Parts: sequence; C-alpha cells; structure tokens
Amino acid sequence: MAILVSLGAVLAIVVIALIGAQVGPLQYLLGILVPYAAFAIFIGGFIWRVVYWGKSPVPFRIPTTAGQEYSFPWIKRNRFDNPVKLWEVLVRMFLEVFAFRSLFRHTRAELRGGNLIYGPSKWLWLGALMFHYSFLVIALRHLRFFVQPTPEFVKTIENIDGMLQIGAPHMYLSEVMLLTGLAILLGRRFFAPRIRYISLANDYFPLFLIIAIATTGILMRFLFRVDIVGVKELVLGLASFHPTLPDGIGAMFFIHVLLVSALLAYFPFSKLMHMGGVFMSPTRNLVNNTRMKRHVNPWWTPPKFHTYEEYEEEYRDLMKEAGIPVERE
Amino acid sequence: MYDTGKIIVGLAIFVGLVTSPIWLNKGKAAPKPSPKLDTPAIQQLEKKECVESRQFMRSTHMQLLNEWRDRALRKGERRYINKKGEKIYISLQNTCMKCHSNKKEFCDTCHNYTDIKPYCWDCHFIPEGRKTWASTEGHS
Ligand code: HEC
Ligand code: HEC
Ligand code: HEC
Repeated sequence: MAILVSLGAVLAIVVIALIGAQVGPLQYLLGILVPYAAFAIFIGGFIWRVVYWGKSPVPFRIPTTAGQEYSFPWIKRNRFDNPVKLWEVLVRMFLEVFAFRSLFRHTRAELRGGNLIYGPSKWLWLGALMFHYSFLVIALRHLRFFVQPTPEFVKTIENIDGMLQIGAPHMYLSEVMLLTGLAILLGRRFFAPRIRYISLANDYFPLFLIIAIATTGILMRFLFRVDIVGVKELVLGLASFHPTLPDGIGAMFFIHVLLVSALLAYFPFSKLMHMGGVFMSPTRNLVNNTRMKRHVNPWWTPPKFHTYEEYEEEYRDLMKEAGIPVERE
Repeated sequence: MYDTGKIIVGLAIFVGLVTSPIWLNKGKAAPKPSPKLDTPAIQQLEKKECVESRQFMRSTHMQLLNEWRDRALRKGERRYINKKGEKIYISLQNTCMKCHSNKKEFCDTCHNYTDIKPYCWDCHFIPEGRKTWASTEGHS
C-alpha cells in the first residue's frame, strides 16, 4: 500500500509535467514559476525547521556511550566515540558526515540454530555512501547550467566522472553509482522483511522520487535528447533573475524539473531533513563532559520558597493572638 | 533558540552555498550563442538544410557523430541515409566541416556557452588550412 501510494504520487507528477509541457503557457509555469516557488520553500522551510529544532533545550549531555568514556587514567577510553574535547567531537562529526560512521556500525540480528547472533552488515552503509556521493557529484555537475563561465572545479569533476569516455555525450560514473546505490536502498526496503515491515509511504516516496529524477535525467541525456543550449539559457535566466523561456526544449526536461521541484519543496518537511539534522543531533555533536563542567538545565528557574521567617512575618499577629509561640517578637 | 550563534553561522553557510549561482552570476545571464551559418559552402546550397532537421541537429548531433564514427570505423560503412532518404557520406571533416567550415563561429560558440570540450580535435583537423594541430591551441 505504502509502495503504491508513493509510486502513484511520483507518476502523477510525471504525468502532470508531461501534459503541461505540451501547452505553451503551462511551460512558463513548469519551467519558471514552480522552480522559483520550490526553491523558496526549500530555503524557507529548511531555516524554519532548523530554528524549530534549535529551540529545543538540551539540558544535559547525551553521551551515547558507544565507547568507554573518559575515566581513570588506567581505563582505556574511546576518544572519538565518547569525546571530551572539542576537536574530538569535530572528528566524530566529520566521520559521521563524510563517512557515515553510524551506518558502518550497522549490525544484523539473525536466528541461527536457535541462537540469536549479531553480525556486521555493510550493505546499508555501502548503498548510502554510493548514493550520497554520486548525488553530490551530480548536483555539482549541474552548476554547468547555473553559472557562466562554469567554475573550474566543476569541469574537473566532469572530466573525472566521464573518464571512461563511453559514447557521446559521455556516460558518467556517477549515473551508474547513483542508480546502484538507490537500488540497494530500495531493495533493502523491499526484500528485508523487518525493514519492509517498518517502511512507510514517506520512506518510499523520496526513493521513488529520486529514482525518477535520475531516470529522467539519464533519458534526457541519452534517449530523448533536449536542446541543451536552450536549457542553459533557461536555467541561467532563473539563476540571474531574468527568466526566459526558449522554445523547443523538449518535454523530458519539464518532467525532470517538476520532479526536482517536488523534491525541493518536499525536502524540509520530510526525513530528508537529516541533511541539516545531522549537524543538530545531540548524540553526535555534544562533548561528554558531564563530569567536568556543570550543565544547568535551561528550563530551571529558582522555585519560590516561603521560609519560616517569612511565614512568621506574615502571620505573627494571628499567631500571637492564638498563643502560638513566635521566634521574634 | 539555544546555541544561536552556531546555528546562524551554519544556516548562513547553507544558504550561501545553495544560492551561490545567484551571486556568481551577479544578476546577469551570459548572452546566448548564435552559431553562424554564413560559410561559402552553405551559401551555395539551394536548400539551407543540415544532415537532419535543425531541431534534431541542435539536440542530437553528438549522438549522430558517435553513430557515424562507429559505423565508419567499426562496420566500414561510409553511407548514412537520413530521415528524408538522402544518402550522405560519413565524415566529420569532409561532410560536417565542409559546410560548417567556420568552427570558431559555429561549433565553438555553443560549446563555449555550455562549456563542452569535445576532444575530437586532438586528432581531427580543423578546417581552413589551420597549420597546427588543434590541440596545441587547447581543444574546444
Ligand atoms: C546549437 C549549439 C551547438 C552547435 C552549433 C554545435 N554543438 Fe556540439 N554540442 C552542443 C551541446 C549543448 C553539447 C553537449 C550535450 C550534452 O552534454 O548533453 C554538444 C556536444 C558535442 C559533442 C559531444 C562532446 C562530449 O564530450 O560529449 C560533440 C562531439 C560535438 N558537440 C560536436 C560538434 C561539432 C563538430 C559541431 C560543429 C559542426 C557542433 N558540435 C556544433 C551544442 C552545439
Ligand atoms: C550540406 C551542408 C551541411 C552539412 C554537411 C552539415 N550541416 Fe549542419 N547545418 C547546415 C545548415 C544549412 C544548417 C541550418 C539549418 C536550419 O536552419 O534549418 C545547419 C545546422 C546545424 C546545427 C544547428 C545549429 C543551430 O543554430 O541550431 C548543428 C548543431 C549542425 N548543423 C551540426 C552539424 C554536424 C555535426 C554535421 C555533421 C554530422 C553537419 N551539421 C553537417 C548545413 C550542413
Ligand atoms: C585518437 C584520435 C581521434 C580522436 C580523439 C577522434 N577521432 Fe575520429 N577518427 C580518428 C581516426 C584515425 C579516424 C579514421 C579516419 C579514416 O579512416 O578515414 C577517425 C574517423 C572518424 C569518423 C569517420 C570518418 C571520417 O572521415 O570522419 C568520424 C565521424 C569521427 N572520427 C568522429 C569523431 C568525433 C565526433 C570525435 C570526438 C568525439 C573523434 N572522432 C575523435 C581519430 C580520432
């Protein structure tokens, strides 16, 4: 059900774009207005979400002791899993963001001959790594359309990515890697029973959406070619706020762009926000210095005390009247 | 908000990066290329037509060239029949570049605009009696 709903949603986007691309005025909507709106939602939503997270107090350190914490000198500690210094946290963050270390530690539980055994399982890590890095490379390569002249590093990436020089235009390694990575990530949800059980529509939708984006991109490059000069004119126009709509670009481009717009607009409200969230996660970015520094709960407001002295002050007359002894006359 | 300073720096970096094309373009779109068709060979044509339709050539000439290359060199076939049924001799230098002898004003205008550098000119000669190998001037 979750699979069908998300697949249906992605196909609906494709169909809408396909129809829209046939009608002149709608091209203006699909090629210019929708991308602008989606980009605005992306940035605005991203900031809103991060600020929203920033408002949550973190009253104490969350050490997540995947390693031995700092203790007696004769106990060997795990510096990067349980950091006490800033630079150690930075190393932990770096490894998390660039090497997905948490995923690397992923284990799998399995019943074998009546025993529950745990073993390493690197597929998730491998798929995620392939997917994210090729996505990054592809996003950077797209700068070719957004900036004129193309920055030098983009050309370098392009040359390395296309180094096999298969066909014209060249096939890129990242295209293959991206789809392989996505296939692993999706295959997990399809075929691993426990993961299938916990997968929701909002797990499948981003996967299908990105697969659709990659597929339309590849089709546009190799099968249904579009006028790249026209595309660059449109995209440069968008990026310089002088949008123009050259005609005869080709429908595949509008499908691709509507899918990307959907991804951008959906991003801040979805699990994809882990892009910003990884930097905000207390289990990754906090030093475990509970025992070295006092952390005051930010909610803490001194409670109102009513001391005996104040009590007596308030009721002294009544107390005296009733013959109750008072400390001060 | 807690850790406001750090969060704002982080967000500023994020917004700066995703909007970088806007800053890099400085609000000006580079002019679009206008490839020139006024070569002697084309001026002598009765019907000013390319090998295939203009729309097809604009978007798909690289695939056509790739197909030509494979046909000529792998299958030894030097005849291409276009959609209109005309026979065309397969050659980069003797067909394409005979009509489009103005590589600089034609091929290069588009390729520079989109920053494409076909490596064909490492080996193939550029027309108009260029004496050097193209690659010594940087291939474009
Ligand atoms: C209308 C603009 C335009 C003109 C004119 C043009 N090209 Fe291109 N050419 C392009 C674009 C755009 C690409 C890149 C397509 C892509 O990356 O998908 C390209 C790519 C190529 C490629 C493939 C390069 C690669 O590394 O993938 C070759 C080869 C090529 N052109 C040859 C030529 C030749 C030869 C001429 C002149 C006879 C020419 N082109 C004229 C726009 C043009
Ligand atoms: C017979 C002469 C001739 C030959 C041979 C020829 N062209 Fe053309 N080409 C033209 C003409 C004329 C046009 C303009 C067509 C039009 O405007 O309809 C053109 C247009 C083009 C365009 C589109 C330019 C634009 O501004 O949209 C490209 C790209 C192109 N040719 C590439 C090639 C390539 C690559 C080859 C070799 C495979 C080739 N041409 C062979 C005459 C030729
Ligand atoms: C390593 C050198 C080299 C490079 C780079 C190269 N070619 Fe060639 N090409 C050749 C040689 C050698 C032939 C064979 C010439 C012959 O047999 O007539 C040839 C033949 C061809 C032919 C068919 C025959 C003819 O006369 O044109 C085409 C078409 C062609 N090349 C296109 C391309 C294109 C397009 C590129 C760029 C994407 C390219 N070549 C890059 C060396 C090269």
